[in-house]
Order: sequence, then structure tokens, then C-alpha cells
Amino acid sequence: MMILNASGCLDALTAPTIARSLDAFVTKTVTPLPREGNAPPRIAEVEHGMLNSIGLANPGIDRFLSHTLPRLGELGVQVWVSVGGFATADYADLCDRLDDRPEVAVIELNVSCPNVDDVPASVGEIVGAARAATRKPLYTKLSPATADIAEVALAAQKAGTDGLSMVNTILGLALDGRTLRPCLSRGAGGLSGPALKPIALAAVYACYAATGLPIVGMGGITSGRDALEFVAAGAPSVALGTILFSDPTAPGRIRVELANEIGQLGVGELDNVIGLAHAKPPGPSEISSRTAAVSG
Amino acid sequence: MQRAQVEVTGSEQVGPYTLLHVARGGLDPGIPGQFFMLEAPGRPLPRPMSLCLAPPGELAFLIDAIGSGTRALCALQPGDELAILGPLGNGYRLDVERPLLVGGGIGVAPLPYLSESLGRPPAVLGFRSEGHAEAARLVPNAEVVIEPTYVTAAIPAGHDVLACGPEPMLAAVALLEPGAQLAWEAPMACGYGACYGCAVELDGELKRLCVEGPVLPAEAIAA
Ligand SMILES: Cc1cc2nc3c(=O)[nH]c(=O)nc-3n(C[C@H](O)[C@H](O)[C@H](O)COP(=O)(O)OP(=O)(O)OC[C@H]3O[C@@H](n4cnc5c(N)ncnc54)[C@H](O)[C@@H]3O)c2cc1C
Ligand SMILES: Cc1cc2nc3c(=O)[nH]c(=O)nc-3n(C[C@H](O)[C@H](O)[C@H](O)COP(=O)(O)O)c2cc1C
Ligand code: FES
Repeated sequence: MMILNASGCLDALTAPTIARSLDAFVTKTVTPLPREGNAPPRIAEVEHGMLNSIGLANPGIDRFLSHTLPRLGELGVQVWVSVGGFATADYADLCDRLDDRPEVAVIELNVSCPNVDDVPASVGEIVGAARAATRKPLYTKLSPATADIAEVALAAQKAGTDGLSMVNTILGLALDGRTLRPCLSRGAGGLSGPALKPIALAAVYACYAATGLPIVGMGGITSGRDALEFVAAGAPSVALGTILFSDPTAPGRIRVELANEIGQLGVGELDNVIGLAHAKPPGPSEISSRTAAVSG
Repeated sequence: MQRAQVEVTGSEQVGPYTLLHVARGGLDPGIPGQFFMLEAPGRPLPRPMSLCLAPPGELAFLIDAIGSGTRALCALQPGDELAILGPLGNGYRLDVERPLLVGGGIGVAPLPYLSESLGRPPAVLGFRSEGHAEAARLVPNAEVVIEPTYVTAAIPAGHDVLACGPEPMLAAVALLEPGAQLAWEAPMACGYGACYGCAVELDGELKRLCVEGPVLPAEAIAA
């Protein structure tokens, strides 16, 4: 079980102590060229979550490799690098350039940012090209905004992904109370936080059943109970995004809460919970023995 | 920066604003102009608030209830608890020779603590109405102007200006006093550099206000 941050939700160099409270740090998505991101305002709160249209603001791969990555390597926490491009060749190129860097434990392929205009090629194609370019473990980050996410996951698996990160945000719109114009300068933005949780759980549930691949589950996790549900749906690891904004101590807190949840469940170790949601519902006798275990 | 669960110790009306007192909870009050993220009960994201006063054992925030989050904060009662994170960002430089504090509306919030730290220098405060101007009682040695008079009409020459207020006021102060220190605002989700939501244009580039600011030299921002 690993607790990571969700890409774009922590800057390890500005907040190294928080990064070190994670089992691995995931970078904000790095693109071939530097990007300033979208014009402000680029965040807005909504009921049970938030919208963002940051637009992949990042220094670009050249500066990332020369300035950011060496410093990340000194933090003493495993580093996952999220990469994003606008064509299949971009992903191959980014992976190629990260391949010989010892600081990089895993490459996450962000094939799902809702805040950029250019739609990249098919997921299978991107993963295939990335696979050919690196021997590093590859996690493919999927969008929930698709008719059949299990099919996308299967295509990624076939093309050689080692795992799945899911889910990315889904487009949402908020209107200013007085003007009835969009709160974000870009109009719509990516919805994250608790509002996303049932959507994310459904995605994890479907992709675990379809692929059996290791999954980093995310989307609205705020507590150990939420994390437990992602594990049960099939994600042995989880990532924290929006909750880090209101509670940077969440990694430690959620780790403790999760251990308590597992203890109360009376199922032994966390491994026994992975995919539990897929098992046939417990019969009456199991329920009573479990209740007994809890009350005892 | 530290996070603590603290108890509300008092809540008082100051004109249309609310002065919320919380237990200090081991937190450092920081430098005037720095801010804290306050958990807004029932809302997914915390709200940035400048430290207004640092009485012994307490922290106090002056809050204008303009929306759901600030209304929830102003409704807190003694005994309620909330999580706060801070101190955050960069405050005012205090190595000034002839300080003059300039504030507009709720922008007076950081000035009481700043005034204490600088030995109660003169201040010029602008408000929309007599009612709003009640907040001036929190700032020692203040001259008050009410609209349609603006603070910029009451700034004497030859001072080191430290200002906080609405954007148009800050822009006008910057033109008048290019050496001023100004405290800016932007929507913030995290306050500690994690979300990139608070981007503002600084020296021609989009940068995080919570990391670079919120207090900036007047020449840094093109308002
Ligand atoms: C560093 C910093 C220090 C601050 N210090 C104080 C303080 O001491 N006292 C105080 O009362 N307020 C302060 N503010 C402003 C305060 O954080 C916002 O008013 C608050 O977040 C609004 O939340 P809400 O839910 O009540 O309003 P919302 O429902 O979110 O918004 C209501 C309206 O206010 C606008 N708005 C939202 N956030 C901001 C913002 N940050 N700046 C300007 N307009 C905004 C929205 O666009 C909307 O039109 C500070 C802001 C910053 C960035
Ligand atoms: C402000 C912000 C910036 C984000 N930036 C990225 C990014 O650069 N790359 C990416 O793959 N996902 C990005 N995401 C999506 C998150 O990694 C995560 O998938 C999503 O927020 C769901 O998790 P949460 O509900 O816990 O926040 C971003 C999310 C937010 C809120
Ligand atoms: S408020 Fe999140 S980066 Fe500044």
C-alpha cells in the first residue's frame, strides 16, 4: 500500500516536509515545452469540490531535467514523473529523455488532462510509443470522461502499461453568483474533490475487473474510510489531491485512519481488502461472525 | 508553516466586519502581512486571512462576510473549533525609516498587527461609509477618509508606504508611491504553493502569489 500525492496537487520543492510524508511524490505533468498555464482566475470552489483550469503550467522537459529533477532526487522520497504531450511522438520523446535518469522511479503518462485544447492520439498508441522508449515502469493516467473506461484500460494494458492511475478530473462549470458568467477565465475546468469520488470508484472497480493491473486510485479521497473503499474497489495504492489543499497533514492522518478501518473490519491485513468489492456478498453467517469480531 | 486545530475564543462585530479570536494553538503569528488558511466550516476549501492581531495566547482575524466561506467563519461561536494553517507567504519588510500605513476597506485587516510591530506609525484609512470606518478603531494614529474622498488624496509625501486594500486602491498607490509595499489578493485553494491557482502576473510571468507575495514591492506587479 502506497500513499502518493495526485499529480499537480503538491510542489515538493516548496513543501518538502509534506512530500516526505508520502510514499512517493508525483510531479506536476511535464510537457515538451514550458507552459505558463491558463489566465487567472483558474480555480473555483463548488459544492463538494473544486474546479481548476491551471492548464499544465510547468517548466518544460529541458528545465525540468536540468533544474527540478536533481533537486527532487535529493528529497529522499521516491519520485514519479508525470508527462503529457500533444502528439504520440511527444510521449515517446519525454520517456526517452527520462529513461536514463536514476531519480525517476516511475513515469506516469497523463493522457487525460481536460485543460488543454489539443486532443492527443489514442491511449493505446501513446502507451505503445512510450513503452518502446523506456524501461521504467509506466502508469497510465485515465480520464473518467469516456464511455467505456475498461476498454481504454485494456488498450493501455495491451500496449504495455505496468499500472493505471485513475482518475483525472472531469469537466465542470461554475457560474459567478452575480454576473452568471463562468468563474474561470477558460470557462469550464476540471472537477476534483469529494464530488468526484463515486465516479472514480466506478472507474477503479471496472478497470480492476477488466485488467487486474495495479491501480493508484484517486478522486475525492479525504479520509481513511475513502481510501479503504478505493482499496476494496481494486486499487492497492491511493493518491491524494484536493484534500492536500485544505489539509497538508492528510497523508499521515489517512494512513492512521486506514489502519484503524482495517482493524475494525476484522479482515487481518490490508492485502485481504484489495478487490474485496468484487467478491460475492457475504452470507448471513459471515456477517454475524464479522460483527462478533468487531464487538469482541 | 504549521497546522493546528484551535478553539474560537471570541467573535466581535467591528462595524460590518467580524473580529474572530482563536486560541493560538502553538502557532507562530509570523510577520505582519503574512496570512493563515482558515477552515471554513462546511466548505471544501479553506480561506486565506491576514493576521489582524496577535494578543497573548490568541490570533485574531478581521473578516468581511462576502460569500459562503466568510459567512461560515463569521458565524463561528466561542467554543467552536477550526483548523488553521500558517503563517504563510511573505509579509511586509519592517526595515523602513518613515512608515505610513495605508488601508482601504477590509484591507485594514493586517494593519493593527503591522502597526504594533512598527511602534504605531501614522496611518491613512479609506472606507465606503461611516459604518465601515468603525474598523479604524483597531489601527492607532489613523486618519480616516470616507468616499468620495480616496486615501490617495490623504497620503503625505516623504514616507515609506505599506498598504493593503482593493486592487484599484493599490494600483493608485503604486502610481503615487513607486517604492510602496503592497499586499495583494488572488483566489487561493492551498496558500502554500501546491495548487498553482493563485497565479498573478509578476515581472511579465505568471507566478504564485502565495509563494512570491502576498506583499510585493509596487513595481513588481502590473495592475
Ligand atoms: C492573502 C490574502 C489575505 C486575505 N485576508 C483577508 C482578511 O484579513 N479579511 C477578509 O475578510 N478577507 C481577506 N481575504 C479575502 C478572503 O480570503 C476572501 O474574501 C474569501 O476567500 C472569500 O470567500 P467566500 O467563500 O466568502 O466568498 P466566495 O463565495 O468565494 O466569493 C464571493 C465573491 O468574492 C470574490 N472573491 C473570492 N475570493 C476572493 C479573494 N481572495 N479576493 C478577492 N475576491 C475574492 C469572488 O469572486 C466572489 O465574487 C484575503 C485574501 C488573500 C488572498
Ligand atoms: C489544481 C489541480 C491541478 C492538477 N494538475 C494535474 C496535472 O498536472 N496532471 C495530472 O495528471 N492531473 C492533475 N490534476 C488531477 C489530479 O491529479 C487528480 O487526478 C484529481 O484532482 C482527482 O483527485 P482529487 O479529487 O483527490 O483531487 C490536478 C488537479 C488539481 C485539483
Ligand atoms: S494558493 Fe495554491 S499555489 Fe498559491
